Amino acid sequence: MLEIKNLHVQLEEEGKQILKGVTLTVPAGEVHAIMGPNGSGKSTTSYVLSGREGYEVTDGSATLDGRDLLEMEPEERAAAGLFLAFQYPVEIPGVGNMTFLRTAVNAQRKARGEEELSSGDFLKLVREKAKALDIDAEMLKRPVNVGFSGGEKKRNEILQMAMLEPRMCILDETDSGLDVDAMRLVAEGVNALRSPERSFLVITHYQRLLDHIVPDVVHIMHDGRIVKSGGPELALEVERNGYGDILAEAADA
Amino acid sequence: MLEAVKTQQTPVIEGAPRSAPADVQLDARLAAAPAPMTGATAPARADALARLKEQGLPGPRHEYWRYTDPAPFNAARPEPVALETVAGDPKLFASVDKLRLVFVDGRFDAAASDDPALAGVEITTLAQADAQPGHWVAEAYGVLEAQGQKPVRRPFAVLNTAVATDGLVIRVTGKADRPVQILYRPSDAGADVIVHHVLRLEEGAELTLLENGLLGARGNVVIEADLAPGAKLHHIAAPRAGVARIATTHLFARVAEGASLKSFELSVDGRHMRSESVIELAGDDAVAHVAAAVLGDGGNLRHDDTVFITHGGLRGESRQVFKKVLKNGATGVFQGKILVRPGAQKTDGYQISQALLLDEDSQFLAKPELEIYADDVKCSHGSTTGALDETALFYLRSRGVPRERAIVLLVLSFLADALEEVEDEDLRAEISGRLEDWLTAKAQG
Repeated sequence: MLEIKNLHVQLEEEGKQILKGVTLTVPAGEVHAIMGPNGSGKSTTSYVLSGREGYEVTDGSATLDGRDLLEMEPEERAAAGLFLAFQYPVEIPGVGNMTFLRTAVNAQRKARGEEELSSGDFLKLVREKAKALDIDAEMLKRPVNVGFSGGEKKRNEILQMAMLEPRMCILDETDSGLDVDAMRLVAEGVNALRSPERSFLVITHYQRLLDHIVPDVVHIMHDGRIVKSGGPELALEVERNGYGDILAEAADA
Repeated sequence: MLEAVKTQQTPVIEGAPRSAPADVQLDARLAAAPAPMTGATAPARADALARLKEQGLPGPRHEYWRYTDPAPFNAARPEPVALETVAGDPKLFASVDKLRLVFVDGRFDAAASDDPALAGVEITTLAQADAQPGHWVAEAYGVLEAQGQKPVRRPFAVLNTAVATDGLVIRVTGKADRPVQILYRPSDAGADVIVHHVLRLEEGAELTLLENGLLGARGNVVIEADLAPGAKLHHIAAPRAGVARIATTHLFARVAEGASLKSFELSVDGRHMRSESVIELAGDDAVAHVAAAVLGDGGNLRHDDTVFITHGGLRGESRQVFKKVLKNGATGVFQGKILVRPGAQKTDGYQISQALLLDEDSQFLAKPELEIYADDVKCSHGSTTGALDETALFYLRSRGVPRERAIVLLVLSFLADALEEVEDEDLRAEISGRLEDWLTAKAQG
C-alpha cells in the first residue's frame, strides 16, 4: 500500500538534510511502528508524506497504492486515502468541530466523485462514531480543538480518522501527553479501525502505545534512515535497553 | 498579546492651519450640497455651518487624517460610479423579520418602505420633523455631534449636520419587538448622499437598528443616538458592501446610567471608507461595545475605523474589537482611543485591533490611545498584524479541505471574535453566513 523508496529530504530554508534514504513498505492491513530517538526524522517523514510545506525532496519516492504522493497537494493526498493524526492538533477558533468535520468529509467525497453526505446522514454517522470515542455533543459543537484537553484533542483526531475512513493512517506521537486511560481510549479507537483494507504507520518514542496497538513490524529510525526492522519484540528491547545497543549494532553492521 | 497599559498624556492639539485652497474647496463643497432646510433644525444647521467655516475641511496634516487621505471626501462632487458594478447584497437581512425603511439616493422612499408603525417606536423622517414646529428633534439635532467635536474635530460630521436634508427621527419608548432596517439604494450614478438620523431611546427602551445597502457614489451618514438610563441599542451597519464605495460615517452616542450600546460594522470592499464612533459613557454602569469585521481587497482600498470612547461614570465597560482582512495592497487603519475622565473609577476598558494580511502588499496602520485620569481603572489594549497561520492551513488541507476553502474557514475564524459582539444569535448567523458566501464567491471568482 505505502511504499517509500530511498527518500531524501532537506529543510527548504536551511538546506539541512533530515532524511537520508528512508526505505519502507507498509502492505495493506498491516500496522508498522517507527521508533527512534529525538531528531531522527520520524515526524519529518510524516510531514513529507502528508505534504507539509517547508521540505524539499531531493531524491527517492513515496507512493500510495501506486500513486505518487509527492506530486499531490495535501488535500489530494487526503482524498487519495492518507491521514495524518497530528502530534499537536491545531486549534481553530470560530470554526465549529461539526462544520470542520462535515467540510472535510464532503470535500473528500467530492474529490473522489462521490455524492456528498446529507446533513441527516452526516449527523447520524458522527454521533455514532463520537460515542465510541467518548466524545460528547458539547465537544462536537465547540470550535475545533479550542479548550480541549490533551486527551480530548487526540480523541478528536481519531474521530476525524473514523469519519474520513482513510486507507493509510499515520499517527505522529499520538501517545504524547496522554495518561494511561486516555491512551487506552485512543488505542481502542485505532484498533476498531484496523481492517485488511487499512494500514497504519505509528510513530512513537515509547513502547507503551504498542502494548495497546500491537504492530506487525517495528522500524528503528536514526539519523534519517531506518537502521533496523523487526517484530514487536524490537519495541520491547528498546524499552529495556534504550536505543544505545541497537544504534551501536547498526553502526557496526 | 495584550498588555495592560496606563498612560497619561496631554491631549493632541487639533487642526492643521487653514489655507486658501481649503476655503475654496469648502465653498465648492457647500455650493454642491442641497439647500438646507429652514424648519425646526435651522438654528442647529446655522451653528454647524458657522463651525464648519471656522474649522474648514481637513488636510492630510491633520492629526487624525494622517493615514487616510481626506481628498475624496473634500471634493465638491464624487466621481460617478457605474451602478451595475456596485450591485449590493440584497440578501443580507432578507430572512430577518424586520421593519424596512428605504432610502433612495439618500431620500426616504415611503412607497418602497414598510408602514413605519411599530409598537413602542415613533418613526418619522428628518424632513417631516423639521417641518413640524416644536418637534423634539429641534433640541436633539446636531447636539451630540457638536459635543463629539472635542477634543478631536470631525469636519465631515459638521458638514453633514449643516446640509443634510433627510434621515430618520426615531423615538423609542418601549421594547421594539423586531429590528428597524434602513436600506440604502442608489438610482443616480453620481448620487452624493448625505443622511442624518436622530435616535432617542427613553428609559428602559430597546431597539435593534440595521443599516445596509448602497449609499451612492459617495456617502456621508451621521447617527446621533441618545440613550436614557437602562436603554439598549443594538446597531449593525453594513451599508458598504460592494466596490467603489466612498463614505464617511459617524455614530455619536451618549449612554446614560445602566444603558448599553452595541455597534457592529461589517464592511466588504469599500474603496475609501472612514467610519467614526464617538461614544460617551455619561452615567454609571454604562456599557459600549463597538466592533467591526472588514474585508479589503485591492490597492485602492482604504478602510479607516476611528473610535473615541469617553468614560464619564463609575464602573463603565467599553470594548473595541476590530478585525480587518486585507489583500492585494489594501490598507486598513485603526485609530482607537479610550479617555477615562477624573472620577470614572472602576472603568473597564478593552481594545483590540487585528489585521490578517493575506499577502505582502497589504498593510495595517493602528494607533491605539489611552488617556486616563482616574487611578482605579482597568484598561487594556492590543494590536496585532499577521499572516495566515500556515500550520492551521496545513491541518485543514491534510483533512482534505481544498486550499481556497481552508482559507475561507481561517478568515472566518479570524473574524469570529468580532462577530461574537453581535449579541443576537440569529443576526450573527445571518452575517456569518453572508460573509462566508462573499468569501467563497471571491475565492472562486
